Amino acid sequence: MKELAGKTLFDKIWDAHVVEEIKGGPSVLYIDKHLIHEVTSPQAFAGIDKRGISVFRPQHTIATPDHNIPTVDQHLTIQDELSRFQVDKLTENCEKHGVTLYGLNHPYQGIVHVIGPELGITQPGMTMVCGDSHTSTHGAFGSVAFGIGTSEVEMVLATQCILQPKPGKMRITVDGELPKGVTAKDVILYIISKISTSGGTGYFIEYAGSVIRSLSMEGRMTVCNMSIESGARGGIIAPDETTFDYIKEKEFAPKGEEFDRAVKSWKVLKSDEDAVFDQELHFDAADIEPMITYGTNPGMGAKITGHIPFVEETEAGNRESYKKSLAYMDFEAGTPIAGRKVDYVFVGSCTNGRIEDLREVATFIKGRQKADHVTAWIVPGSKQVEKQAIKEGIADVLEKAGFQLRQPGCSACLAMNDDKVPEGKLAVSTSNRNFEGRQGPGSRTMLASPITAAAAAVTGTVTDPRSML
Amino acid sequence: MSTKKFHTIESTAVPLPIENVDTDQIIPARFLKATTRDGFGENLFRDWRFDKNDQPKTDFALNSSVYSGTILIGGKNFGSGSSREHAAWAIHDYGFKVVVSSFFADIFKNNALNNGLLPVQVSEDFLSRIFQAIEKDASSMLKVDLKNQQITLSASGEPSLRARRSQSERFDINPYKKECLLNGYDDIDFLLSIKETIAQFEQART
Repeated sequence: MKELAGKTLFDKIWDAHVVEEIKGGPSVLYIDKHLIHEVTSPQAFAGIDKRGISVFRPQHTIATPDHNIPTVDQHLTIQDELSRFQVDKLTENCEKHGVTLYGLNHPYQGIVHVIGPELGITQPGMTMVCGDSHTSTHGAFGSVAFGIGTSEVEMVLATQCILQPKPGKMRITVDGELPKGVTAKDVILYIISKISTSGGTGYFIEYAGSVIRSLSMEGRMTVCNMSIESGARGGIIAPDETTFDYIKEKEFAPKGEEFDRAVKSWKVLKSDEDAVFDQELHFDAADIEPMITYGTNPGMGAKITGHIPFVEETEAGNRESYKKSLAYMDFEAGTPIAGRKVDYVFVGSCTNGRIEDLREVATFIKGRQKADHVTAWIVPGSKQVEKQAIKEGIADVLEKAGFQLRQPGCSACLAMNDDKVPEGKLAVSTSNRNFEGRQGPGSRTMLASPITAAAAAVTGTVTDPRSML
Repeated sequence: MSTKKFHTIESTAVPLPIENVDTDQIIPARFLKATTRDGFGENLFRDWRFDKNDQPKTDFALNSSVYSGTILIGGKNFGSGSSREHAAWAIHDYGFKVVVSSFFADIFKNNALNNGLLPVQVSEDFLSRIFQAIEKDASSMLKVDLKNQQITLSASGEPSLRARRSQSERFDINPYKKECLLNGYDDIDFLLSIKETIAQFEQART
C-alpha cells in the first residue's frame, strides 16, 4: 500500500542517498556536505589516525572554528590555553588530511551554520551533517541536514557515509499572515511551546503553509535551526524562488547555465500532493504574538503579554522539571512575563546572527539608546556578516546606541569562551537554548526574537516590541 | 577496531527523577575543550553535583552514599538538546553501563549506542515503579538482559526476596545495534568494509 502513496520531500532526498539498507537496521546514508568545527571533531580525527586511514573524500568536508573562540582581538593568539589547543588541533588535522579550513582570520570564517548558506555551500537536495545539533538550519534550503555525534563524524571522515535509522515524517503547516512585530523566531518559539521539547522526537519536520512561504531565507533558517529544540532530527522547507534568488551568485553556487540547470532540478524538490506524513499539525498565524521563554528549556515559552504559568497549567508529566526551572529562574508563577528587569541582551548565534537579524535590530534601535544598566552584545554570525554590517552603517548605529559589536563566533550562546552572563543575571537572548547555565554558570536566559531583544535593551525590562514600533 | 562486548548487567541504580535532562546539564559546554574521549566523568552533571566553590551538593543523587551502581535512571526525554557525544562519554566514563528512561532524545540515543552505553526505554509505569522501589529501598536490584531484551526490577536487594517480588518488562532495540553491542562490532569497521559499494554509488550518481 505504502509504495503507491506519493513521496514527501524528505523521502525523495533521503532515498536518493541510501547506499545500502541493512536488514532490520539503519540505512547507509551518503553525505554530500560535511561541516566540522573545533569542538566535536578532534576525537574523530584521532580515530581515523588510530585506524591508520585517511579521510575518504576530503573535498566534501569544510572546517571552521566557531564554538570556543574569543569574540575580541581575534588577530591575537587565543589566550585560553585549552581553546587554543583545540583550534590548533583543527588546523593541524585539516592540513594533514587536506580539508578546507576557514581559520580564525579568514574572510569566510564564522558559525558553521551561517557560513554554509552564505557561501552557497548549502544547496537544495543535499544531505548535510555536522557534529552540532543546529545543522537542522540548512534544511531551510530543502536539504536533509541534521546534527550528529563525534563517532558519526568519524564515520563521515572515513567513508562519507553514516549509519542512520530513517526518522518518521511530520508536517507543520502555518497559514495566515504574521501580525506586525511577529517574526520567524516567534513562529518557531510558538511551535515548540505547543509541541514541547520532545514533540518532534523521532521525526523530520517539513514546514509548510503561507507563513513559511512568505519568510525570507534568513527567517526560514531561524525556523529550521530550532527544529532540534522540539526533539526533531531536522526541519526542511521546499525550495522556491526565494531560495534560488538567495543562492544565485553565492561563492560556491553553480554559475550561469549550470545554475539554470540546477534550478530546474531543484524545482521538483517538494512533497507530492498525495504524500502521507506520520503526523500533521496546523497552526494559525493570527494566534502568534511575540514570544519569549520563561523556563529552562525552549518549550517553556509564552506570549510576551502572558504570565508565568501556574504549575496546574503545565503538562502533568513535566511538572518536576517545571518547578525546578521556576526555582532556577527565580520567577513566581502567575506574575506577568513583561516588565521584569533585564541585565544582559545577546543578539547573535546560528539562530539569529545573520545580516537580516542585525538589520532588524539596527532599524529598531536607530535614534534610541540602550538602558544604562543593560550590557548589550551583538555578535555577527560570520566575518561576512560583520563586514556587511560595517558597510551598511549598522555597526555604527548599534555602537552609538551603546551596543558592543563583537567579532564572529558562537559566543554567549553556549559561553565556551569568555562571553558569559554572570551568575544570577537575567539575559534576553536571540540564541536557541535557555538550559540551566547555558550562557554561563548560574546565568538565566529568556529566548526571544531580535526585535524583542532590542526592545529589552532599550527599556531595560522585558518589553513587548510592538509597543515601540 | 572492535569495542567491548556488552553483557547482562545486574546492579543497583542511581535515580534522577527529573524530566528533560539536557546534555548541557550532563556535561556543561565549558568542559568540552578536551581533544580525547577520556576523563569527562569527572565533570558529569557538574553544576548539579557541585556548588560554585566546587563542594559536592549533598542532596544530589550522585553524591549520596545511599545510591550506587552502574545503572542510571532518568526521567522522560533524557538527553535532549546539544548533540555533544561528550554527554555519553561522561556517563560511561563515570562508570554507568545503562541509562533507563521512558523516553530518549534521538541524538543522545545514537551517541550512547555508539559508545557501548545502553539506553533502555521502558514504559512510564515501569519507570515510576523503578523510582518508587529505589526510593523505598536503595538496594533494589535491576537486571538488564540485552540478549533477551528484558529489564527486571527486584524490589528488594535481599536475595531470598528478590524472586518473589521481581517484575520485568521487554525493551526495544534496533536488531543491528543489538548485534553490534553483543559482539563488540564497530560501525566504522562495517562502513569501511563496504567502501567499494560506496565508491560505486558515487560513480552511479555522476
